[in-house]
Amino acid sequence: MYAQLVKSEGTSREDMSPEEIAFQGRIDRNEKIEPKEWMPEGYRKTLIRQIGQHAHSEIVGQLPEGNWITRAPTLERKQILLAKVQDEAGHGLYLYCAAETLGVSRDELLERLHSGDMKYSSIFNYPTLTWADMGAVGWLVDGAAIMNQVPLQRTSYGPYSRAMIRICKEESFHQRQGYAIMMKMANGTPAQKKMAQDALNRLWYPSLMMFGPSDKDSVHSAQSMAWKIKMNTNDELRQKFVDQTVPQAEYLGLTVPDPDLKWNEEKGGYDFSEPDWDEFYQVLKGNGPCNKERLGARVKAWEDGAWYRDAMVAHAKKKASRRPVAAE
Amino acid sequence: MPSLPDIMTPNAEELAKQDGGKGGHAPLPDADQDAFFEFLLRMGDNALILGHRNSEWCGHGPQLEEDIAMSNIALDLIGQTALWLGLAAEVEGKGRSADDLAYLRDVWDFRNLLLVERPNGDFGATLMRQFLFDAFHFHLLQALTGSADPRVAEIAAKSLKEVSYHLERSAEQVIALGDGTEESRKRMQAALDDQWSYALEMFLGDATDVTMAASGIAPDPAGLRQAWDDTVLPVLAEATLDVPDSTFAHKGGKQGTHTEHLGYILAEMQFLQRAYPGAEW
Repeated sequence: MYAQLVKSEGTSREDMSPEEIAFQGRIDRNEKIEPKEWMPEGYRKTLIRQIGQHAHSEIVGQLPEGNWITRAPTLERKQILLAKVQDEAGHGLYLYCAAETLGVSRDELLERLHSGDMKYSSIFNYPTLTWADMGAVGWLVDGAAIMNQVPLQRTSYGPYSRAMIRICKEESFHQRQGYAIMMKMANGTPAQKKMAQDALNRLWYPSLMMFGPSDKDSVHSAQSMAWKIKMNTNDELRQKFVDQTVPQAEYLGLTVPDPDLKWNEEKGGYDFSEPDWDEFYQVLKGNGPCNKERLGARVKAWEDGAWYRDAMVAHAKKKASRRPVAAE
Repeated sequence: MPSLPDIMTPNAEELAKQDGGKGGHAPLPDADQDAFFEFLLRMGDNALILGHRNSEWCGHGPQLEEDIAMSNIALDLIGQTALWLGLAAEVEGKGRSADDLAYLRDVWDFRNLLLVERPNGDFGATLMRQFLFDAFHFHLLQALTGSADPRVAEIAAKSLKEVSYHLERSAEQVIALGDGTEESRKRMQAALDDQWSYALEMFLGDATDVTMAASGIAPDPAGLRQAWDDTVLPVLAEATLDVPDSTFAHKGGKQGTHTEHLGYILAEMQFLQRAYPGAEW
C-alpha cells in the first residue's frame, strides 16, 4: 500500500449539513465524484493527502530500483528494469495530475514532500542490497501495492479511480517480472538462491508494514472508508497478501522468515507474526536505513534542476513574445 | 624515433579508392569479416555506453516528464545495443552472445566514441552530448538503411525511427536551454565547448571504415560531416551558442584507447557477470 496513515478529516453523521448528507448519499450509491462538483472540505483535503502521498511514493519508489539499473546483469534485464522504473515515474505523473484536479499544484505537493510535511511509503526507506532485491521488490512490494490498488479502482473520486485503473494494469506486469527474477535466482546457483532467501528475509516484514498498523490502532480508517477513499481495512489486506504470497514462496523453495506462520483451517487463512511496529514508527519518523538518502536524492534532483526548469519557462515566454501577432 | 603512421585519417573514401577498388558487394573475405565485426562493435558500443550514461538519470531528472523521456531514450539505445551486438556475435561466429560482448569484454575491446563515455555533468551537458551524437547517429543510420548487408539495413531502419525522435527532442531542448536564461546559456556554451573536440572523433575514419565503405556496408564517416553540420549549426545558432573554432579532435575510442571513465562504467555494469561467472539471470 502506497498510502499509509493518511489523516482523515470528517464530520460525524449527526453534525452533517444537508449538502454533506446529500454527498454521502451519492457515495453510498457508488456515484463517482468529479473535480468540479461540490465536496466536503475534509474529503478534498484527505484525498489530497492520500493521492499526494501515493504520487510521492511512486517517484521516491524509483530510487531503490533505480539503484540497480546500471548494474543489471543482462541487456534484457536492464531494459525490463528501466521500463519498470520509468513506469513508476509515469504513475507519479498520473497521480500528480489527479491531485491537481483538487486544486493543488504539483510544485506545491513536491514542496511539501521536500520539507518533510508529506510522507511517502515507508518501504522505500529500506535499501536494495543485491540483485535479488529487484526480484523481491517486484514480487512483494508491487504485490502489496496491487493488493491495495485493485480495490481503489472503485474509489469514489473519479480522477483517482481512473488513474488507479491505468496503474493497476502496469503493476501486474511489474509483479510478474519481479517473480520471474525470483524464479531465476531460486533455481540458479547456490549463491543466487542464498541471495533470493536473503532478500525475502529482509523485505518480508517491511512489506507487511506497507498495509499500515492494525485496524484497532488506525484512527482515520472509518471516515475514509465511509467516503470510499479507502476500500478495505489494513488487516484485511494484510491477511489477503500473506495468504497469496506464502504459496508463491513455497513454489520458489524459499522460507518465509516467520517461525509462527501456520495455516489456520478455521479462518481459511494463515496465522502470522506481526511486523515490529516500533521499527515502523521509527522509519516514519525518519530513522529508517535510507530515509536521508531517499529524500536527499529527491531534493537534490529538484534543486539541481531549478536552472533547467527556469530556462524552459524563460524560453517559452520569449518564444511567445516573438510570435508575430496574427493579422486581423 | 621514427614517426609512426597515423591510424586515423579524415578521409576514408580517399583511401578506399587507393585500395584498388577491391570493394563491390561480394561476400567479405576473412580479413574484412574482422573489420565488419569491429564496425558492429562500434555501433553496439556507442548505443550501450550512451544508453548506460542516460540511464544514470533515471529517478534524478529535473522534472518528471524529462526523467521519463531520458529513460525512454536509454531504453531505445539498450534495445539497439542488443541488435548490433547480437549481429556482431553472429558475424564473429565464436559462439558469443550479445550479453557476452557487453558484459565480458574489458575496456581495450570496447569500440565506442569517447564522447559517449563522458560523465553526464548537469542535465544540460547530458542533452548537449545527446544532441551532438543524435545528429551523427541520425545521418549514419540513414546511410546504413542502404547498406549492402541487409541485416545492417534492417537494424538501421528500425533504429532510425527511434533516433529521429531523439534528435528532434534533443535539438528542441538545446535550443530552449541556449535561448533560456543567462545561466542556462552559460551552461550550454560550456557544455558545447567541452564536448566539441570529442564530437569530432565521429568523423575520423580508419582502416576499418575504409573496408566498410569499400564493401558498401557503411559510409565513410568523414562523408557525414557536411550533413551533420547542416543539422547541428542551425540549431546551435537558434540556441544563440557560439560554435567552437577548434578543429582538434580527441581520438582513440573507436580503436579501444579510452578515457579513464570507461573503466568505471564497466566495473559497475559488469559487476554481477564478473562476480558470479556463468550464472543465469
